[in-house]
Amino acid sequence: MVEAILTAVIPVVIIGVICGAGLVIVSKVMSVKENELLPKIRECLPGANCGACGFAGCDGYAKALCENPDTPANLCVPGADTVSEQLSALLGVEKAEVEKKIAVVHCSGDCAHTQDKVEYRGIESCKAAKLLYGGKGKCTYGCLGFGDCMNACPQNAICISEGVARINPNLCIGCGICTRTCPNRLISLIPDRDTAIVGCSNRDKGAAVRQACSSGCIGCKKCERVCPQNAVKVNDNIAVIDYNKCEDCPDFGICVRSCTTGCLVLLRHDEKVKIEN
Amino acid sequence: MTKLAIILLSAVFINNYVLARFLGICPFLGVSKNLRSAVGMSLAVIFVMMMATAATWPIQMYLLNPHNLGYLQTIVFILVIAALVQLVEIVLKRYVPSLHQSLGVYLPLITTNCAVLGVTILNIDEGYTFIEAMVNSLGSGLGFLLAMVMFSGVRSTMEGSDIPESFKGLPITLTAAAITSLSFMGFGGVIENLFS
Repeated sequence: MVEAILTAVIPVVIIGVICGAGLVIVSKVMSVKENELLPKIRECLPGANCGACGFAGCDGYAKALCENPDTPANLCVPGADTVSEQLSALLGVEKAEVEKKIAVVHCSGDCAHTQDKVEYRGIESCKAAKLLYGGKGKCTYGCLGFGDCMNACPQNAICISEGVARINPNLCIGCGICTRTCPNRLISLIPDRDTAIVGCSNRDKGAAVRQACSSGCIGCKKCERVCPQNAVKVNDNIAVIDYNKCEDCPDFGICVRSCTTGCLVLLRHDEKVKIEN
Repeated sequence: MTKLAIILLSAVFINNYVLARFLGICPFLGVSKNLRSAVGMSLAVIFVMMMATAATWPIQMYLLNPHNLGYLQTIVFILVIAALVQLVEIVLKRYVPSLHQSLGVYLPLITTNCAVLGVTILNIDEGYTFIEAMVNSLGSGLGFLLAMVMFSGVRSTMEGSDIPESFKGLPITLTAAAITSLSFMGFGGVIENLFS
């Protein structure tokens, strides 16, 4: 009886011990040296894997910080100052400010201002719709309205209202994922402060823009003339704003009030607070 | 030589472990989302299958059979396979960290992958010699690779298509797997006639 049990148990134990010993030896020989800072840095980062820092996710940024001392510690946009502070303390470098950024949509062509030129019955995605004659709307530069950016946003900050993507500035963390998903490249990241933004991306001549959308930029250069800061320039039939000059404007909002089509809009902090309340 | 060729080809096409014997479905559905990790996973499975056969065949023939311990087959084989998978994991972590990361939890799951255990046990049941057993496990691994590569192609095509809401995710994946499997049934009986 005992013999029968032992003949079964002993071979299994011997095989198990041999396998175990082999694994111990191999794991010693092949062990990977991990930088001890890496898990600590990784813990500081928010883990959104948004890629706003320019690296492949939070792991990539943490690795870059460990391996290359020249990597700036203030690249994490969603983490803002708190994360920058923690990272600087961990790495022993001087703390640098993080400029907060938010995403804005450069299109204001909602149902009231522009119309569809065709009826589209394909896959419900901006990318697919764009392939068919530049989308269903009259304006081929404008928002396609299927919400690729909305689906990509990790914060649910984007919604499609009246055919145009709108971004809630309170929820936006400035990661920039939406800027890369929009097939018309309508969304851009701008510094989060009081400024005027251009709600149009149409680069056609004024008359053509007029036919496509009543709130499009026709390149009339009125804003360029009234701007006391020389912050607005019309390039390729569209107004472009230098956001750094816009902030200290003595007559803030003059460009918006003088705009003939209403494609210039203001992004103001006091309004942002109002939404929050 | 002809017998080896028959074993190899029938392991790849007719008795394909995933599509005809329905073993190893877990990684088949889990890691087939993109081609790169599907190929990586399959190569790991091929390696583990060959190693497992090379280790378990002598154990069965020279240790278990002479001492009438055939009933220990399952537990001993699982033990050996588990140790081998750990070995593969350590080696991958050292030399191919990106593959190690993309395989994630599925690599340790090869430990309990029934395809690997199935190959080793069927090798014994079929009464193969050592060379035949090795060829059979290579063929089984290649069949797994074939199924994974084919299905990752099917899945990437599905990604761009307009799927009804209620079929999104697992339902359409399982339906596609069933149709792929059905197509493999067409190989039945082809190989024997090829060599006769």
